[in-house]
Amino acid sequence: MSRLLRIDTNKRTFAFADMGAYAGLGGRALTSRLILEEVPALSHPLGASNKLVAAAGILTGTAAANSGRISLGAKSPLTGGIKESNSGGLFSQKMAKLGIQAMVFEDKPEDSAAPVVVVVKADGVSIVEAPELAGLGTYATSEKLLAAYGSRAAIMLIGPAGETCRLAASVQFTDPKGRPARAAGRGGLGAVMGSKKIKAVVVDDTGATGVPVADKDAFKAANKRWVEILGSHPVTSQGLPGFGTSILVNIINEAGALPTKNFRLGRFDQVADISGEKMVELMQARGGKPKEGCHPGCVIQCSQTFVDDKGGYLSSGLEYETVWAFGANCLINDIDDIARMDHACDDLGLDTIDMGNAVAVAMDGGIIPWGDSKAALELLHRVGDPKDSLGRIMGNGAKFAGQAFGVTRVAEVKGQALPAYDPRAVKGVGVTYATTPMGADHTAGYAVCQNILKCGGDVNPMTKAGQVELSKNLQIATAAIDAVGFCLFVAFAVLDTADAVQVMSDQIAAVTGKKFGPEDFLALGVNTLKDEIAFNTKAGFTKEHDQLPEFFAEPLAPHNTTWDFTPEELQGAKVS
Amino acid sequence: MHISVKCFATLAKHTPAGADRYEVADGATVADVVAALGVAPAEVKIVFVDGVAAALDAVVPDGGRVGIFPAVGGG
Ligand code: SF4
Repeated sequence: MSRLLRIDTNKRTFAFADMGAYAGLGGRALTSRLILEEVPALSHPLGASNKLVAAAGILTGTAAANSGRISLGAKSPLTGGIKESNSGGLFSQKMAKLGIQAMVFEDKPEDSAAPVVVVVKADGVSIVEAPELAGLGTYATSEKLLAAYGSRAAIMLIGPAGETCRLAASVQFTDPKGRPARAAGRGGLGAVMGSKKIKAVVVDDTGATGVPVADKDAFKAANKRWVEILGSHPVTSQGLPGFGTSILVNIINEAGALPTKNFRLGRFDQVADISGEKMVELMQARGGKPKEGCHPGCVIQCSQTFVDDKGGYLSSGLEYETVWAFGANCLINDIDDIARMDHACDDLGLDTIDMGNAVAVAMDGGIIPWGDSKAALELLHRVGDPKDSLGRIMGNGAKFAGQAFGVTRVAEVKGQALPAYDPRAVKGVGVTYATTPMGADHTAGYAVCQNILKCGGDVNPMTKAGQVELSKNLQIATAAIDAVGFCLFVAFAVLDTADAVQVMSDQIAAVTGKKFGPEDFLALGVNTLKDEIAFNTKAGFTKEHDQLPEFFAEPLAPHNTTWDFTPEELQGAKVS
Repeated sequence: MHISVKCFATLAKHTPAGADRYEVADGATVADVVAALGVAPAEVKIVFVDGVAAALDAVVPDGGRVGIFPAVGGG
C-alpha cells in the first residue's frame, strides 16, 4: 500500500498517512493536486505554509522501462506560481519500493536552526542534525552521506545555493554511481528545501517489499511491448543513446533557432565546437563514457560521463540545454569550460538554464566580457560564498540579475528563464513558454518535435498556424507522462507509435488492478493542468502573464521572423 | 554550381571534403545531393536548405546551405 510520508521540519517529527483523497495519483498529478489543496496560493514560497512534495510516479518502482523519474512540487519562489520540476536519479524508485508515494516537507524551523538530514529506510525514519554539512557542495555532501549510510542509498540534496535560498537553486539527485548530477533544476525548489533546513534526504530500500503489481502477466506483456516501442524508434534507440541530448545542437542551429548572444541571433558560428558529435568524439578519445542511464530500467540512456583532457570526471548529465545556455547564448565555444560550469551548478545546486541566461545577462550588462568562459566560471563560483553580494545576485537567476544590472533584455516568462529554442523560429514551443503554468519551460509541451524534428507530425515552425492547438495537446500528454513517472524522452517514440498510449494505459491498469484506458490517460493530463491553472489563478496570475518579453518582436536572423501572438490567441493553449 | 553541405549525427561520415564549396550540377535536387554523398535515402529524416526543411525533390539554389540529418531528438 503506498502512503504519504509527512515530515514536520519545525518539530522534526514524521508521520505516515494514507493516500486518502490522493489515492491513484502519482508524480506531477500528485504534487500539483497536493499543492493546490494544501498550500495557500498567496503564501510566501519560503514561508512556513509552503510545502515541498517529492512524488514517485504511478509506475515508479515497477519494472516498466523508463518509469523512475521523480516530480518535485511546491509554490515556486522564482515564479510565484505552482511548480513541478522533474528529475532522474535513483531516489524515486527506492522511495516507491519502500511503499512511499510521496514525501511532504511541511512547516519550517527558525532561521538559526542547523541543517538536517532525513534518513528513510525500511525499518524507520530518522531526522539527524548535520551542522557539519552546512555550506558544503553536493559532491562532497553525497560522498560523506554515502560513506555514512552505504552505497545502496540514494540522495536528494541541495548545495549552498539552496541553503541561502537563492531563487535559481536546484534540488540534486544522485545517479547510479552516487554522483549528484541529476537535477530538478527549474523554479528554485532548492530554496524551498533550504528554507526548511533540509540539507539532504537519504533513502535506502534494503529490505523493501517493492511495488505490488496486481496482474503480473498483463504487466509483463504490456512492458514487453513498451520496451519494443522504445527500442525500435530511431530517436530513442539510436539518436539519444548515441549522442545524448546535445545531438540537438547542430539541428537547432541549422534551423536558425539556436539562441545566440542572449537571443540576438538564431545561429552560432562556432557551433561545431559544442555539438553532440564533438562531445562524443572527445569522450571516446579521453576515456569518458558516451552512453549511460540515470536510473536502472532506462532503456534509452541519454546520459554520459564527460571527462576533461586529463580524463578527470566533469559531469554525468551535460545536457543540450546546459551546453546551449553557457555556450551559444554566452558566445562560449570551450566545451570543457561549459562542462566545468555544469559541474559548478550541480555542486552549488543551481539550475543551469536560469544560470546560463543570468551569465548572458551579466555579459549584456558589462559585468564580464562576451565569450569569456573563465570569467563566467568565476562568476558562478562566487554563488558559493554567502557573503559575496555579486554571487548572491547571480544565484537568483536571470530576471533578478537583469534588475540588478539594469539589463532589460532578459528572456523569461513568469520569472523563469527561457530554454534553448528561440520562440521566433520554433513558434510552437514559444506558445508553451508563454502559456504553461510553469513559466518558460520547453519540457511542458515540446513542440520542437513537430516544428523541427518531424516527430509526431509536421508543423511549420515559422508560421502561427496550428501552434496553439499543438502546444495544448502536448501540454496535456506531458502532464500525463510526468504523472506516470516516465522520462519525457519516451514521447519521441510514443508520438510516432499508434498503440503507445494504449500500452502505457495497460501498464497502469496491470499495476493498479483498476480499469485504465487511453481516455483516463488523457484525463490525468487535463486534470493536472487544471489543478495548476487553478492554483496560479488564485495566486494572482492572469492572461497578461502569458506573454513573452517584448524584445521578441524584433526579427531573428537568419529567417527574420518575429513573435506575433496576442495574449488572447495564446489562451487557446490552456485547458479549461 | 557550388553549395555548402554537411551531414550530422550518424550520417556525419558522409560530409564531403571541402563541404563549404561542394560542386553539384545546376538544378540539382536534395535527392541528387543525398545520392552524390552516398547516403541511403531511408536514413535521411530531415534536410534543411537554408534553414528551412525541404523535400527530397526540392531544387537546391546556387550557394545554398544544405544540412542532412537522420532522426534526432533530445531536449
Ligand atoms: S533517457 Fe536520459 S533522462 Fe531519460 S531516464 Fe534515460 S538517462 Fe534518464
